[in-house]
Amino acid sequence: MKKTPQPPRWARALLAWYCRPSLLEDLEGDLNEYFARHCQEYGVRRARWIYVADVIKFMRPYTIRKPSFVNYLIHTLMIGSYIKTSGRTLVRNKLFSGINIAGLAISMSVGLLLIGVLVDIRSYDQFHEHRDAIYRVTAEYEYLGRNNGEVMATTSLKAARAIEETFTGHQGVAILRRDFGGDVRTGEVTIPLSGFWANEGMFTVFSFELIEGNPATALKEPFSVVLTEESARKLWGSTTGVGKTIVLNNDRAYTVTGIMKDIPDLSHMHFQMLASLSTRGVLMSDNKNELAWDNMWNTWAYVRIPDATALEQFQKNLDALSAREDKTVPHTHISLSLQPLGEIMAGDNLSNQIGPVLGNIFVWIFSTLCGVVLLSAGFNYTNLSIARSLRRSREVGIRKVIGARRSHVIGQFMVEGIMLSLLSLVLSIGLFVFLRPHFLEMENSMRETLRLELSPVLIGWFVVFAIALGALAGFFPALFYARIQAIQVLKDMSAVHVFKRVTMRKALIVFQYAISLMLITGTLIIYRQYKHFLAFDLGFNTENILNIQLQGNKADVVLKELQEMSEVQGVSKSALITSVGNYWGTSMKDPEQPLDSANVYLNFIDEHYFPLHDHVLLAGRNFSYLPDSAKEREVIVNESVLKRFNLGAENPSAVLGKIMKVDGIPMEIIGVMKDFQYGKADSHADRTVVFRYKPSEAEYLNVKILSEDLPATYARMEALWKKIDPVHPFQATFYDEDIEESFRGLSASIKLAGFIAFLAIGIASMGLLGMVVFTTETRLREISIRKVLGASESTLMLLMSRGFVMLLGIAIMVAIPATYLFFDQVVLPQMANHTALTLAEGMWSACSVLLLAGVMIGAQTFHVARTNPAAVLKSE
Amino acid sequence: MKGTNLGEFEELVLLTIAALVNDAYSVAICDELARHTGRSVKLGVVHAVLNRLEEKGFIRSKLGEATQVRGGKRKRYYSVTSSGKAALIQAKEVRDQLWSLIPGLSVKFSG
Repeated sequence: MKKTPQPPRWARALLAWYCRPSLLEDLEGDLNEYFARHCQEYGVRRARWIYVADVIKFMRPYTIRKPSFVNYLIHTLMIGSYIKTSGRTLVRNKLFSGINIAGLAISMSVGLLLIGVLVDIRSYDQFHEHRDAIYRVTAEYEYLGRNNGEVMATTSLKAARAIEETFTGHQGVAILRRDFGGDVRTGEVTIPLSGFWANEGMFTVFSFELIEGNPATALKEPFSVVLTEESARKLWGSTTGVGKTIVLNNDRAYTVTGIMKDIPDLSHMHFQMLASLSTRGVLMSDNKNELAWDNMWNTWAYVRIPDATALEQFQKNLDALSAREDKTVPHTHISLSLQPLGEIMAGDNLSNQIGPVLGNIFVWIFSTLCGVVLLSAGFNYTNLSIARSLRRSREVGIRKVIGARRSHVIGQFMVEGIMLSLLSLVLSIGLFVFLRPHFLEMENSMRETLRLELSPVLIGWFVVFAIALGALAGFFPALFYARIQAIQVLKDMSAVHVFKRVTMRKALIVFQYAISLMLITGTLIIYRQYKHFLAFDLGFNTENILNIQLQGNKADVVLKELQEMSEVQGVSKSALITSVGNYWGTSMKDPEQPLDSANVYLNFIDEHYFPLHDHVLLAGRNFSYLPDSAKEREVIVNESVLKRFNLGAENPSAVLGKIMKVDGIPMEIIGVMKDFQYGKADSHADRTVVFRYKPSEAEYLNVKILSEDLPATYARMEALWKKIDPVHPFQATFYDEDIEESFRGLSASIKLAGFIAFLAIGIASMGLLGMVVFTTETRLREISIRKVLGASESTLMLLMSRGFVMLLGIAIMVAIPATYLFFDQVVLPQMANHTALTLAEGMWSACSVLLLAGVMIGAQTFHVARTNPAAVLKSE
Repeated sequence: MKGTNLGEFEELVLLTIAALVNDAYSVAICDELARHTGRSVKLGVVHAVLNRLEEKGFIRSKLGEATQVRGGKRKRYYSVTSSGKAALIQAKEVRDQLWSLIPGLSVKFSG
């Protein structure tokens, strides 16, 4: 007989779920009758559609089931019982509970870190009263229609002033300009302080509180300065100071017009003092560049726009301003836009930030990683709970016979999940406290921007998070158990199809191990790159060179003292340290090709720099000593410069003596050096670089040291420094340390990936262990019989572990090629000078994972294989 | 008692139930109504009205037999209560009275 067409099952279930029991039967009957009729009239497909539509249309106030009060009452009464039985179950299955709690706790600790980060980000700049109305003006620079996609957090002073003076619709513009600071002297005390130039809008836009002084006028007059409490305390030991005078860099005197409360930690800008912006109007009155439209690298502008609907008009005004001012600078287009204050910490990664930010990429990557880890742990819990059903389904059956409804069984298992997750929370808060410093140390910007303090708010979020996670992880086991039919379970245990989902669980184990393997292999690959970059041949020698920051001291004074030390082999001067991510550019022109000008990278050095660093000269000579007063006439270029200007790189000696214009000054090429790595080792090497002789520009002394006892030498140098400059602390680092520091980001990602890999392998191992324990225990009788019949322990172990080793094999086959492909195609092409992939990393990770899993599987199967078969079979 | 007066559609449904005598269940009521009024009658609307009439005490219901076409679900048969009858009669009287006040129309009809 042909089966009669049926309405969709889910629609029926939906109807049964929402409809009042008293109405249900009639309604179902009616819909069935109509369905049969529609089948005849329109065909089955359409009839099913109509059925679904009718089911939805029948959702009316009078048909919807009221939540039963009795049911609710039972739930509240039963909660005590749920907790008690859950507690008993947890204690009875110590191993499973232990695995679950540990697994959840480890992965939850990452979740806690994420919550901490998110809470911190959300609390940023919350102390500003008008936080929702504050926007920062950002700028994008385009030259000759070329735009490198970089958006600046800074804008030009010109634009900021124009917005302040000519725009409407705002309630204040705060303008901050960098580079105010130096050695502040008052009376006998001299301390270095730094801060910004700021206009009086500073205190109308932001809610920085003045404890002394008038916020409306404090930053108005030229040569006024506002100090933070902390700075005032450093200078005078007290927080009163208005009316006093400070001298900056032994030059100008400023009057203190305000003392400001210290800035809260979670502020995106930090400073120790502010000077009135009008001062610059006096100091820079004859500097044309100060108010140039394209001088957009030094000033931050914040506007307070109370009315969000005025934003569009404001943006139009900004566009109009750009259109008008672009004409003042040829070939240049600068577009301005607004960025809400709340998006600064975790928004797009802009350049020229006023302080360290995290950026949305960090937040996204971190959130995704957390999601993966938590999902994995949640699956484990679900997995293990269902795997235990052999033991627990009888309990559920009896509950159902006594009268428990589906919802009661669900409640029971949800409570169990939540209890377990709360227990894990205790453990993971401990882990959180342990991990926090390591986590923050991973990156500079994180250490500076995040606090992750255990505040009540944070703990509150943690508890919410734990409950949500527990409920989520407990939900699927709860549904599974709620479906159990009491009669079936009590009559015959094997009727429960526990093994129905065994393929899924196997797939899960493969998935978890594959992820772990990918992470481990990836970490090892990046670590190899990191080591490679540290050891990379930069084209010059960095060994035993100590770079001392001059911090405004006269180079020759320090140099003279240093040269008297016996360990010092040589000292040179330079304006910057190359190859660690510092760049300084200037323009270069061939007077014979006047239309062709290029940006070249630059360093100012003295005559000792070349020999000290073992730079290779292909042709020509090194600089020779000239007094500071001498006119600059000579330049040394690298091969790439010759290529860039088509000067014949094959024969470098031919260009010697050629005059080039560098920064507008005609200079003679006196030497050609071999290309070296001006940028970091992972950047492209073909940069055009010129070295100019200008010892007066020196910011660093490069000291070559030959010493048996480096710490002692360092200490002696520090003592020397103290004598010369008592104000600033001695700041010196070895070149190799600088290089290591410049790859801090990479080493941070190694640490992060390594940590996540550790988590993943931990979770995967626990999942595997649970699975192994489960299968071996359920096969205990079989194993015992085999043993009685004469199987040896090793055969039994092989029998039990074979399946799992296969799973691991599949995971390895999937994960390792995938990781190699990913790095080969995606990651490494983005890193210049990377080293080739080798098989070693994959082998190492596979071996370590196999070893770990092998120990676990081995231990458990060994334990089962060793059990006395008589004991097992007797009790059956 | 709130809302004991009959709406237009309620009256129609009530009349149909009375007319169908022992065969008044939701689908039959729908069909009957559709046949007499000539407009398509939605099951959902009829259900809602039946529910409301029962609440007002104009009809009562009992479960009847199950049939194959209903997937083994029983029908719910409705019958008009005495207060339902009273409401119907009252509604008719009101109309009749109003009709009698319109001389032209009544002449036209009678003629």
